[in-house]
Amino acid sequence: MNIGAHGGSCGHSCCMRIQNLSVKIGSSVILEDVSMHTHCGDLIALIGPNGAGKSTLLKAILGQQEHSGVISFSVPGQRNHRLKIGYVPQSPTFDPGDPVSVADLFTCCMGKRPAFLGISRKMREHILDCLNRVHGEDLIDKRIGTLSGGELQRVLLALALEPLPNLLILDEPLSGVDVEGMETLMDMLDEIRKEYDLAILMTTHDFDLLPTYADQVILLDKKIIRQGSAVEVLGSPEFRSVFHRKGGQRT
Amino acid sequence: MSFWYWLCELLPFDFMKWDFMKNALLAALLMAPLFGICSTMIVTGRMSFFSDALGHSAFTGIAIGSICGLSDSLWVAVLFSVVFALLFSLVRSRSNHAADTLISVFSSTAVALGIFLATLDGGSFTKYNRYLIGDILSVTPGEIGLLLITLIGVLVFWCTSSNRLTLTAIHPQLASSRGISVTVTQTVFTVLIAVVVTLAINWVGLLILNSLLVLPGAASRNLSRNLRQYHLFSILIALFASIAGLILSYYLGASSGAAISLMLAVILGISMLVKKAR
Repeated sequence: MNIGAHGGSCGHSCCMRIQNLSVKIGSSVILEDVSMHTHCGDLIALIGPNGAGKSTLLKAILGQQEHSGVISFSVPGQRNHRLKIGYVPQSPTFDPGDPVSVADLFTCCMGKRPAFLGISRKMREHILDCLNRVHGEDLIDKRIGTLSGGELQRVLLALALEPLPNLLILDEPLSGVDVEGMETLMDMLDEIRKEYDLAILMTTHDFDLLPTYADQVILLDKKIIRQGSAVEVLGSPEFRSVFHRKGGQRT
Repeated sequence: MSFWYWLCELLPFDFMKWDFMKNALLAALLMAPLFGICSTMIVTGRMSFFSDALGHSAFTGIAIGSICGLSDSLWVAVLFSVVFALLFSLVRSRSNHAADTLISVFSSTAVALGIFLATLDGGSFTKYNRYLIGDILSVTPGEIGLLLITLIGVLVFWCTSSNRLTLTAIHPQLASSRGISVTVTQTVFTVLIAVVVTLAINWVGLLILNSLLVLPGAASRNLSRNLRQYHLFSILIALFASIAGLILSYYLGASSGAAISLMLAVILGISMLVKKAR
């Protein structure tokens, strides 16, 4: 994975650049020459039809997918600052029968003491602090398989925020969440990016909320077809071409 | 061992006058937490069928050791099981076949190879029967020592790696995003199970081994709300079934491994009823 600090400055507090990122699996090209530039505090929505390579791009950024091209990150005044990424996976399904509580999940991710020996008072307080960021303290003892779609997204969001990342990646966070839940989640993300000054990159098929929350929308179909403000991209001929003619999800 | 024998003689059971019962009881007390702990991860990681296949490969390893003229074929069996487990992991990661298909292919091939080697040149299969049914009553103090070392090894591994193992079992992608190497974690656990299964095949036998590796965790899963309860209940269930099964088999004159296994099945049934009643 080519993640490293870049020397160039763009005048913002911190920025992440992706330059000419391509992914090939066998002979098929999944992503071609994707370049983007984002700043801490921005919310970027990645949209595109199914099979456009959105999840592959996220995997490449996470280092889970081999790729060519460069991903770099810089903070003014700091050399070789390593990009910290928080990740919320797409509609994770946990078995309802698995005896793993929310506190267990946090301990497995963060704790040195094994979760099967029980959770210390100090660790429990720390988990409550993390859940407090997403207003989910009451979920701590629930089994992860019994959480609703919205509750699970909040728990995974709290988990992705510990330790605090520079870039928060969410893969389809709005799928499986009802309309009211969507607004609550987007409000929360808006609050988080401002409070902690982190960049958010999310994929979505729900376009209605984008003009309100997204600073930048990127339309992807193997390569970047269009990027700009939500109003620009959603009103563009490229957007109509990709979603209306291909029979994808409509606004 | 003399302290253990002295302790056993204080118990108000007439079967405690036999040394083989004292050894078997100690072996059961060590084996129960060993299986109870491993069982939780096998059930969570959906590896029940795979651990069964490992048992079959252990049998083949014993047959290979025997053919090579080794008096103690146990270590050959351990080595073969580990190689089998690693080969399976490699094929599974590179193949697009479903996991259950691959397990079936490996399992049946291992058994066929074991039987083929055991019966080569008109050899008799009878001497291998003990590995099929097992006999905890034949456990020796040396083997109990080996069991204790295995238990300590598993406990150390669990204390250092169970968080990573759990996360890998419930959501590999999430585990990977937290910097955990999913392949390494899964492979190390697979090797651990291969070693445990092969060592235990002598005492519980191939046919009963898998129930001990699956049923305590499956029953505990029905009763638990978190990982602490899951492990605790699984160990307690394995302990209760092992001791009760051993005593039952003594009075009824039946196979102790089978009695332990049946006790576990009854407990699993009860746990399902308790879960339904909640």
